[in-house]
Amino acid sequence: MDRSRVIDPQKGLDALVRELAAAGYRVVGPIVRDGAIVYDDVTSGSDLPTGCASDQAPGRWRLRIDDEPTRFGWTPGADSWKRFLAPAHQEVLRIRRHDGSWVSEAPPPPDRPLALVGARDCELRAVAVLDRVLLDADRPDAQYAGRRRDTFVVATTCGVPSATCWCTSIGGGPQPHHGFDLRLTELHEGGHRLLVESGSELGTEVLGRIPGRLATDVDHVAAEAVVARAVEHLPPRLPGSDLPALLAGSASHARWEQVAQRCLSCGNCTMVCPTCFCSTFDDTTVLTDDGSAPVETVRRQHWASCFELDHSNLGGVPVRATIAARYRQWLTHKLETWPAQFEVTGCVGCGRCTTWCPAAIDIVHEAGVLIGADDRSGAGRREEQP
Amino acid sequence: MAALVEPVVGGIDPLTPVPHRVVAVDRETSDVVTLTLDPLSEVLVPALPGQFVMVWAFGVGEIPVSVSGVDDAGRFALTVRAVGPVSNAVVAARPGDTLGARGPYGTAWPIADAKDRDVLVVAGGLGLAPLRTAIDELGGGGPRRLTVVVGAREPDQVLFTADQRRWRDLGVDVQITVDAASWRWDGAVGTATDVVARLGAAHDIAFVCGPELMMTSAARAAIAQGTDPANVWVSLERNMHCGIAHCGRCQLGALLLCRDGAVVRWDRVVELLRERGR
Repeated sequence: MDRSRVIDPQKGLDALVRELAAAGYRVVGPIVRDGAIVYDDVTSGSDLPTGCASDQAPGRWRLRIDDEPTRFGWTPGADSWKRFLAPAHQEVLRIRRHDGSWVSEAPPPPDRPLALVGARDCELRAVAVLDRVLLDADRPDAQYAGRRRDTFVVATTCGVPSATCWCTSIGGGPQPHHGFDLRLTELHEGGHRLLVESGSELGTEVLGRIPGRLATDVDHVAAEAVVARAVEHLPPRLPGSDLPALLAGSASHARWEQVAQRCLSCGNCTMVCPTCFCSTFDDTTVLTDDGSAPVETVRRQHWASCFELDHSNLGGVPVRATIAARYRQWLTHKLETWPAQFEVTGCVGCGRCTTWCPAAIDIVHEAGVLIGADDRSGAGRREEQP
Repeated sequence: MAALVEPVVGGIDPLTPVPHRVVAVDRETSDVVTLTLDPLSEVLVPALPGQFVMVWAFGVGEIPVSVSGVDDAGRFALTVRAVGPVSNAVVAARPGDTLGARGPYGTAWPIADAKDRDVLVVAGGLGLAPLRTAIDELGGGGPRRLTVVVGAREPDQVLFTADQRRWRDLGVDVQITVDAASWRWDGAVGTATDVVARLGAAHDIAFVCGPELMMTSAARAAIAQGTDPANVWVSLERNMHCGIAHCGRCQLGALLLCRDGAVVRWDRVVELLRERGR
């Protein structure tokens, strides 16, 4: 069977989405809603954006829509696939009083596996990070495992990196090389089309059912040019793999207090981060009809943030009581300590934390200051404006 | 992508509190009790000295508690001070009540490393609880010499006085000191660190548990007496919330203390403790 084919950006994508739905997947992909790109259920290829582009800078994300037929000319918004694999709120346990003790019940796993359509390399690496944290643990996360099981991934080559992207500096790039079943690359030169390449046997099977033609050398060369152009837009910023060692002595750096003057401790960066996994478990208890005794407890999990004051509570008092301490925890966890914890880097270079920071704090610029490096991109210079 | 693990379906979720019957409640001090829990169904793996469990009071919540005693029948002891809503509910439990527990979690005191060596144990306040089973094991033979320094706020806050008599009978050098006392107290007054600083003898290995500042000063005092920093072990605490390294809340630098602690080597954390707010 063919491992790479060329499909029509409208009809081909539509056929792919319908094929995945027919194969029993819950198909999730990018859609335009409230002036932004978000991920949600899609039922046809036409649900995916057309003619959309996005402008990004520290503290700024704007959608542009024009008459072009482009399908993947945007970079991701605040949303990430984390929301589907480790939802912001979920029930994890229901415990009911029974005969002097209790019985407990976990919610059933989802009835359909997920198909993620349009995932970038940074996003696939983020899923791999979550897999490492939540599945490769001594005690795997049962909820995550249920949602993650048999995920079908349609990746896309990122042809238009934004000003806050820095994936090539931290182990990634515009084109995914593993972790997908199918990979789309949108081509414009020589006719608008999608090159679809298979990364798994299942991907090849699905690809065989999508109308299209065999890919030729011309298509592959055009795809390489897309990648090369994207890389040109991603100048090296910091030596990502060296950051753990370079940041190791930074705990008492004066910069933490300086950034704390601007940081609102709002937690936006941690909410949009596709790898942030911190969470809180809350028990909600239902009383008997007369209110005299608790009869059932529902344990729910929700995303937490190291910027929350009670995140580090010890005996009712926060250990990280200052914004400087909390910002230090955030940055050093992402860029310094994560590999020691999970043997992968915690940042995938997607730039969301910088884009969605209301104070336009650029994590790369801050890290550059901390290690005394020259960050030539200038992406963090907004802070110098009045 | 292929599935990496089979999801837990119908099995026991790692977050499920396992029901235990409270079979004994021993009052240690005015606000500290030791509860003995007996499994009602599933039996937890016996805790190693220094490990903790997550204890759950139905309708109230869950807290991490060090295991202060174990037996062969799956029973274990928890020594708890009433501080917040959950610990107050746990302390208020009566024999016959049901509490949940899951675990045990975390690292243990390196008991095997203490064999045939001079061992120093330093405990401040409730810090004696996670050291109790360690001293029980060490006191039964193993170390060449065993010195236990116990610090408490006041004489009536000293924990496990019956155990201390038993340890002394086994040849353990137990030294008690209190921060403040009336004229009735004929023992030492001062901090545990003061006692360590006056020992006048180097120990090969030291286990230290108590408030963080006390551990810091006691560890330094032990090192000043000649203990190698790589042989000093402390038990650190952050916000242990899930116990299984999923929730990210017990971080201290690169450590997830529910997984990589609570018992850690001093030389691996000394830099982390130097800076406040980590």
